[in-house]
Amino acid sequence: MSEAAMMEKVDAVDIDYMELDDIIEKDFGQDKENLIMILQAIQRRYNYLPPPALNYLSTKIGIPMSQIYGVATFYSTFSLEPRGRNIISICLGTACHVRGGARVNDKLEELLNISDGQTTDDKRFTLESVRCIGCCSLGPVVKINEDMHGRIGSDEIEKVLDQYE
Amino acid sequence: MKIQSLKDLKKISQAYEKQIYAPEGIKVNIGMASCGIAAGAQAAMDKALETYRDNKNVEICQTGCIGFCEQEPLVEILAVNKPRVLYQNITEDKIIDAIEGYMAGEFNKNKKSILGQLRDPRSLLDDDIENPLDGVEPIDDIPFMEDIPFYSAQVKVAMRNCGYIDPDCIEEYFAKKGYIAFLEALKKNKPAEVIETVKASGLRGRGGGGFPAGIKWATCAKHHGDRYIICNADEGDPGAYMDRSILEGDPHSVLEGMLIAALGIGSSQGYLYVRNEYPLAVKRLVTAIKQAEAYGLLGKNIAGTDFSFKINISTGAGAFVCGESTALMASLEGKVGRPRAKYVHTVEKGFRESPTNLNNVETYANVPAILLKGADWYTGMGTEHSKGTKVFSLVGKINNTGLVEVPMGISLRDIIYDIGGGIPKKKNFKAVQTGGPSGGCIPEQFLDLSVDFDELAKVGSIMGSGGMIVMDQDTCMVDVARYFVDFLRDESCGQCNPCREGLKQMLDILTDICDGNGKKGDIEFLEEIGAMMQKFSLCGLGTSAPNPVLTSILFFRDEYEAHIRDKKCSAGVCKPLFHYEIDPDACNGCTLCAKKCPQNAVAGKKKEPHVIDQENCIKCGICYEKCKFDAIKIC
Repeated sequence: MSEAAMMEKVDAVDIDYMELDDIIEKDFGQDKENLIMILQAIQRRYNYLPPPALNYLSTKIGIPMSQIYGVATFYSTFSLEPRGRNIISICLGTACHVRGGARVNDKLEELLNISDGQTTDDKRFTLESVRCIGCCSLGPVVKINEDMHGRIGSDEIEKVLDQYE
Repeated sequence: MKIQSLKDLKKISQAYEKQIYAPEGIKVNIGMASCGIAAGAQAAMDKALETYRDNKNVEICQTGCIGFCEQEPLVEILAVNKPRVLYQNITEDKIIDAIEGYMAGEFNKNKKSILGQLRDPRSLLDDDIENPLDGVEPIDDIPFMEDIPFYSAQVKVAMRNCGYIDPDCIEEYFAKKGYIAFLEALKKNKPAEVIETVKASGLRGRGGGGFPAGIKWATCAKHHGDRYIICNADEGDPGAYMDRSILEGDPHSVLEGMLIAALGIGSSQGYLYVRNEYPLAVKRLVTAIKQAEAYGLLGKNIAGTDFSFKINISTGAGAFVCGESTALMASLEGKVGRPRAKYVHTVEKGFRESPTNLNNVETYANVPAILLKGADWYTGMGTEHSKGTKVFSLVGKINNTGLVEVPMGISLRDIIYDIGGGIPKKKNFKAVQTGGPSGGCIPEQFLDLSVDFDELAKVGSIMGSGGMIVMDQDTCMVDVARYFVDFLRDESCGQCNPCREGLKQMLDILTDICDGNGKKGDIEFLEEIGAMMQKFSLCGLGTSAPNPVLTSILFFRDEYEAHIRDKKCSAGVCKPLFHYEIDPDACNGCTLCAKKCPQNAVAGKKKEPHVIDQENCIKCGICYEKCKFDAIKIC
């Protein structure tokens, strides 16, 4: 998505600017150096980075929008689009890879009909691939929200998904 | 209370020594690092806490990574004048049996759950106290941990406290001789001596480059300005997780290492740059910093001197390249994490254009031990140019997955076969990948190579941060090379041409080869691109990116040729290049494969050989994984 398209996109989320002020000022001292951590805090709050919040942030701390957009698209944890209620992180680190992580990924893509970085239409799941969450002994590993599912086979993943609404 | 002297520190630590070695009642230590929790340690802990809520005789505690990840959750139980027993695979349903069994002195009943008993729980730093297990009658027929192959060759320096103390309790760290090295150095107030000791120890950076830490410290100290101390905890190499384990299991060892560096170099501000994927490590660090501040070991006028040092935590946001020092510093400044050319080193102009010393987690964790035991002790371990120990994460196709800390110079064979217990399911070893995406694949003929910084470089690989991914006959080396190039292409910052375009071209060629569209000349072209990238890329990521491709071509050229010429992938990974068949002589008609096949592509009667319908087969590999009789063949 181009920057212009991002700006124009009508956003469904209501931004609480008082709260945003608190994040920027109180938690991070309105410090430009804390940009990444401010963005992380905004994403924790809204589950993604709503463009109006970024515009506001840009004016507030005096960093051009182009630079914020640069940071938000450079780092893989940030999402400029709303994400699903449940975030599936499939580990494709080397240890999981040699133990069949790709097969689990194929199965997930098939079951949910989405690919890496996409969200299901009903907003139930977002599928994100990550490179190593450091639980290599349990590979292949799938993390859903904060729950870790280790030593999982491609034939077992469907049952795991059922646990999440 | 603010600690003012060594005497203050010792007073607190003595009280907690008792808690660690001689608790009032029964003490249950549950390994609660991320991987333990993922394997079910949290549920086991909740269960134990609830069951013994009103029983003052049983104390349920958390500890860090006990190392033997394959057998998680791991639980250790101890009591005064009783053996210390380590239990394995203790999930929610087994924990009460283990505790009750221990209390009743019945070890035969749940022998399967017992990994071993300890002979000596002291670390190399507190071995001046009496061994609390001296005179304790050992249990018959239960092996000593120190004799189990996984543990017997290990020497724990960086991970000395992991699995022995509660990471959220600074006093337990005190009891393990924590902060003594720092306080002694602080009171002596001879920064140059600190640097000299680290220099003399020969400690080399454990993050990948292997640059001598003491020399880095000395150079940084020479430059003027507000000096910064940074700890690189952006452990991005897939398959390496020792830094996470240290941070989760013994965060204070890293804080103390940073404090010592700050004292030596002359700095008042430190930063810990932690990977976003490690939330538990961040949580434990936040607690650790608060505790150290409360005791006056961090902050202004530490222990009544005019030395002040503050540590801030900054979390990464998912960019592998930020493990590179200049990119990490850019990221710390809130910018896009792009590396810069190092005409001017970061020790001169780094973070905020000021002199900056950056080491990784494991490097800092070694420092307090070096100061306490002396440089001579440290140089007594390891090889000529690589001193001390190194933590490796042994993962992939290996029986004993886990973190192992061994003296430098041990052979790959010893690590993989003695400590690691060899390859599962009696399959054949093919290669071991060291050094992460910047490393290389080492074949069987080099298994007797002694592992240190220089020897690994000789076979085209690197030590890296210590990830060791073992691969067996079912791993396709072309696919592995493609995997790493795909990873690096994703993570390349895109700034310089050789890296950005070189990786893309390499990926296209490797994908073609894996899809069965490889052409004559592809291998040579890959070598040419690789050589170009090594010469002309801007930062370490680009110059080392071709390593997995070049080493796999060097040692497994026949596999590349089989893919290109014969259109065969003998490992059964590249789907267009193989198919599965059932060997009628080996198949006994157990019907398991037919039941598991998601496509219903396996047909056959019970107790009669089955057949795969090639039209319907999607080569998902489930039948191959599930067959207990080795009847599914890759053709």
